[in-house]
Amino acid sequence: MTSAIRCRGLWKVFDTATARVVALQNLSLDISEGEFVTLVGASGCGKSTLLRTLAGLETYTAGEIECGGARIEGPGVDRAMVFQHYSLYPWLTVMENIKFTRQLAAHTRNRTSADVEAASGRADTLLRLMGLADVAAAYPNQLSGGMQQRVAIARALMSRPRILLMDEPFGALDAQTREVMHDLILHVSRLESCTVLFVTHDVEEAIYLGRRVIVMAPRPGRIDCECPVPLPEDREQHMKHAGAFLDLKDRILDRIRVTSGMKTDTELLDKLSRGRDERARTLP
Amino acid sequence: MSSSSTACEPSTVSPTVSAGREDCADTQPLLPPPPSRRERPGAWAIRGWISQRRYWTLALLGLIVPLTGWLLLADLGTVNKVFLPSPLDVARRVGTWFRDDDLLGDVQISCYRVVAGWAISALLAVPLGIMIGTFRTVQALLEPLTDFIRYMPAVAFVPLVMLWIGIGEGAKIGIIFIGTFFQMVLMMAEDVRRVPMTQIEAAQTMGATRAEIIEQVIIPSAKPALLDTLRITMGWAWTYLVVAELVAANSGLGYAIIKAQRFLQTDKIFAGIILIGVIGLAMDQMFRLFHRLAFPWLYARQ
Repeated sequence: MTSAIRCRGLWKVFDTATARVVALQNLSLDISEGEFVTLVGASGCGKSTLLRTLAGLETYTAGEIECGGARIEGPGVDRAMVFQHYSLYPWLTVMENIKFTRQLAAHTRNRTSADVEAASGRADTLLRLMGLADVAAAYPNQLSGGMQQRVAIARALMSRPRILLMDEPFGALDAQTREVMHDLILHVSRLESCTVLFVTHDVEEAIYLGRRVIVMAPRPGRIDCECPVPLPEDREQHMKHAGAFLDLKDRILDRIRVTSGMKTDTELLDKLSRGRDERARTLP
Repeated sequence: MSSSSTACEPSTVSPTVSAGREDCADTQPLLPPPPSRRERPGAWAIRGWISQRRYWTLALLGLIVPLTGWLLLADLGTVNKVFLPSPLDVARRVGTWFRDDDLLGDVQISCYRVVAGWAISALLAVPLGIMIGTFRTVQALLEPLTDFIRYMPAVAFVPLVMLWIGIGEGAKIGIIFIGTFFQMVLMMAEDVRRVPMTQIEAAQTMGATRAEIIEQVIIPSAKPALLDTLRITMGWAWTYLVVAELVAANSGLGYAIIKAQRFLQTDKIFAGIILIGVIGLAMDQMFRLFHRLAFPWLYARQ
């Protein structure tokens, strides 16, 4: 299998007024063509930074990133991104949002009438695939959060990207909608046979979606471990209760807890509650 | 949406039994409870609710009460009419002004001055605001300067404007321009800066060029806010009218007010002020209507 994304010795360092922050520390990563990889970690671990760097939205200090063998210099039409929210254009209808990418110069160079026809067919297909056929003429603010993210995904897929980068796309959705979206994105990514790199802070989501889960750790941002997911390729909701699923979830949560230093200070809690008891006793 | 509604099978047992089950929505038709008085937060609840009828009754009351108070205060002779003319006097004055003193001419020339000064401001402020809000370089270059000038009192520019432009129409338009332009640039730059970064980044990931992002994302996204800024600054332009017509004018509503002051025609001063208010309000409503027509997507709801 060829590498869709290849990262070697990636560093991103930036200076703030008070300190030097290492957002990404000597990061190396390989993602194969067609793979669905999820990135999970505590906030500040650099998972979004890594995704944005791959999208070409952020610069990096050192190292090299290649996408399909070509060095990443900035945003490109081979990589599409889905954001958590506010990325749709509220002045355009759902259909116009999805077709937005088609009228940009990057896509209209050397375009023939056959391409135009194919594109409008593609938009129709995506509308139906994402369950948006009934709302094609609606404006985004007339849709629920889940429907809006469907539009965002359809728009990202419009230009047939090789790689789909998703930055906590379901983070703002309720649990039920999220489950529906999980099955939808798994289905669509297989149908489109594109590589997906999916950032989330939800470990369950990461395991359910990913063929492989990459756990990142903060301060400095780095890869802590990589876990292949021991589940069949066709995911079904009941697998969330499988022993292998729960074991992996425990292991990953544990790694996140250890690396992020986010443990409850039981000693302090103890002291505080003792103090309160003593005060209670001294009162008349 | 596919897996949401399959959990509940319609019950085959008798309706009374199915109504007793708690895990499923039952098949028995439910009657809505009788309407209660506590359904909506009341008139004095924080951000509460009042009926459309009550709203307009109160709005009318809020207009009639002060007007009646004014009428009583002036017509009962408690206050000298030089200080406070009766609303009837003011209405009569509007009538004679219209018949004998070319009220329409005054309105026309004043509207022309205000709209011209404001339009020249807008013509320059829109592109400048977009540039300042989009490029940090332009912002650094122009924003501190604009911020500095906007604190200078427009009124104090009157002698300078006379010196530079003379005492023709240009001077009046110039004053209104100075009064509105600098505020307008800053507000528009802020409008443009408020375009969500994700909208811009989404276009970048789709391969849009810089020009395409400005034309197809930043401008359409900021348009409603820009139109609102135009509406608000139009109001400010009207407040500079009287100052502008201080400059060697011989017509216009502001000039009429100044002249009435000289002859102690308090009712005419009142009439002029109220007319400016009414015209301003009408223009404001026109902007709001245009806003609704131009941006249907803003008002479209589920």
